[in-house]
Amino acid sequence: MIEVYYPILFLGFFAALLAVIMVSISILLGRRTDMGKKEEPYECGVEPVGSTRDPIPVKFYMVAILFILFDIEVIFLYPWAVISRQLGLFGFIEMVVFVIILLVGYFYILGRGALKWD
Amino acid sequence: MIDYTSASIDFALLGPEIALLASAFLILVTGYVKSLGKLSPGVAFVGLVIALVLSLNQWGNQSSGFFGMVTCDDFGSAFKVIFTLIAILTLLMAHRYLSHKSLNRPEFYALLNISTMGMMVMANSTDLVVMFLGLEIMSLPLYVMAGMARRSPESNEAGIKYFVMGAFASAFLLMGIAFVYGASGTTDLRRLVTDYHYIVGNFKLYLYSGVAMILVGFGFKVGAVPFHSWIPDVYEGAPTPVTAFFSVGPKAAGFAVLLRLFVFGFAYIGLLSDVFWVLAALTMTVGNIMALRQNNIKRMLAYSSIAHAGYILIAFAVGGDSAVSAAMFYLVAYALFNTGAFAVLVLLETRTGCKSDFSELSGFSRLHPYLSSVLALFMFALCGFPPTVGFFGKFYLFSAAIQSGFIWLVVIGVMNSFVSVYYYLRVIKVSFFDQPQQTFVPVTYSPAIIVVLLITLAGTLGLGLFPQQLLDISQSAIFAFL
Amino acid sequence: MVPISAYLIVGVALFAIGTVGVLISRNLIVLLMSVELMLNSANLCLIAFSRSQNIMDGHAFVFLVLTIAAAEAAVGLAMVITLYRNRETINIDRFNLLKW
Repeated sequence: MIEVYYPILFLGFFAALLAVIMVSISILLGRRTDMGKKEEPYECGVEPVGSTRDPIPVKFYMVAILFILFDIEVIFLYPWAVISRQLGLFGFIEMVVFVIILLVGYFYILGRGALKWD
Repeated sequence: MIDYTSASIDFALLGPEIALLASAFLILVTGYVKSLGKLSPGVAFVGLVIALVLSLNQWGNQSSGFFGMVTCDDFGSAFKVIFTLIAILTLLMAHRYLSHKSLNRPEFYALLNISTMGMMVMANSTDLVVMFLGLEIMSLPLYVMAGMARRSPESNEAGIKYFVMGAFASAFLLMGIAFVYGASGTTDLRRLVTDYHYIVGNFKLYLYSGVAMILVGFGFKVGAVPFHSWIPDVYEGAPTPVTAFFSVGPKAAGFAVLLRLFVFGFAYIGLLSDVFWVLAALTMTVGNIMALRQNNIKRMLAYSSIAHAGYILIAFAVGGDSAVSAAMFYLVAYALFNTGAFAVLVLLETRTGCKSDFSELSGFSRLHPYLSSVLALFMFALCGFPPTVGFFGKFYLFSAAIQSGFIWLVVIGVMNSFVSVYYYLRVIKVSFFDQPQQTFVPVTYSPAIIVVLLITLAGTLGLGLFPQQLLDISQSAIFAFL
Repeated sequence: MVPISAYLIVGVALFAIGTVGVLISRNLIVLLMSVELMLNSANLCLIAFSRSQNIMDGHAFVFLVLTIAAAEAAVGLAMVITLYRNRETINIDRFNLLKW
């Protein structure tokens, strides 16, 4: 019975290993700057201390909204991934069409300049 | 293993939808490329015309695809033609209005086409999942279109109110679908009909509560009382061509789905007829009485659209093919003269500082005798005077109801029609007989809007003189699906 | 084995909470969250029914609903931001230009 959980054990092991490797590489190879912006809890431009009712630049909302969309649409790739072998070439083409539809949205966003930060 | 490449997936069924989607994508990608943006109305128009031709081509073709989720029948094709015609008329009347209000962005045309595509998916669906998907594809662009005038607080407000009410209704609809699915184990409409007898015990309760929630959801979408409160605000706040589109397009799509669901699908639930009786009577009466005290024409037309939805709901209480074909006839007729009335309003609002209040109409007929007569004709059609098509719409609907013995419902309907005469004729009274308080700023025409006026005028009068042709078409359209 | 009625009770309770939230909340963001709660309670019911009858259609439907809910949230949030820019408030009692 316990054997069926081995894959999960492996997954956990590799996830931990990957985390350790990435952290140690950045410790070994990275250049350390212990000052200024690096000291703040969030490095995304939000002040951690102060009034919480400060207006945040609208660009953040824009990115968040776009993120929701593209993040969730990828959900359709999961069921396809599970049975991609059975679906064969037909399923693959369908998925390519789906990704192209997402790409149309992406090009529209680029064209509108919604991703320009400044 | 299922053969996914077999004929069960037939993209020819979705030809019109694909044409609309392709044109919308083209607009989105090229809209902000320099100098190509001006082409977007043209691209949208071409897409709509292709969709119209493909939908006409599907007439007489009876087939089902995508594992029974999409059905191509005459009922669906007829509605597809109606939707594309409405969208084309909206496109023609919108262009100059949007330029005048500096709202002429490529997105409008893309959203219009995507929304029309959603309506088509709705009309073609024989599966609750596809139906829900189509409804959302239709509604999401509409929310944005209502709030499109970003700098106008009224438009913002209309958009957010429409969004909140629409999302709320969608949630009810989804919960209803979940319960129907739980009761029967399927979302396929045909299996819902045939497997009805296997639903027993607790599952019957699930089915009934599910159907009730679906009814609430669509009640919001078509604006039946008591789920109508958003309609006047949204119609008043949205840009006028968008309102013209709202008042006929989504309504026709909602009724198409309701016809499939409640005349074909859940017809075996006997209580539904009584429910629709009450809904129809309430919707007619509240719509007409509230319309009496409006001072804004757009708001008045909003309440009038509620009242007209009430007349169409009579067909659901009655059931049977003569009532359903009468409802289809009424939808086409209403789409024609309502779009015409809004086209006149669009012309009037293309002047600066005009908000479509009744008082702004005074002096209209002296300066523009023809245009004001056209508006008067549309008002007569909305009342249901002969020889306009509005008369025959009401006539067929009421006579179908009388044949099935719904005398009291018809009495309420006729009394409501008398009430409605007051507020429709008020438009005529103000524009023809009232003393102008300030000078009437002349209207400037554009070729596109003249085309819209001519089409709607020809339809209102022509079908009023030869109503039998349209009735024959709608009868043969529902033949396949009953 | 948890009976299906348990899932349904939770689902319907969440749906009721969402409905009440939409009806009484004065803040547009809370309102949006309530709508999402309603959609997700329907998802829970779909999954519960689907599992209890051993058919997969419900699972597939939930995927669709999730994406639709995301699209709805995106549109709603965008509109709330536009509204806030124009009016400096998201309290729905203040949106009374058109008689509600």
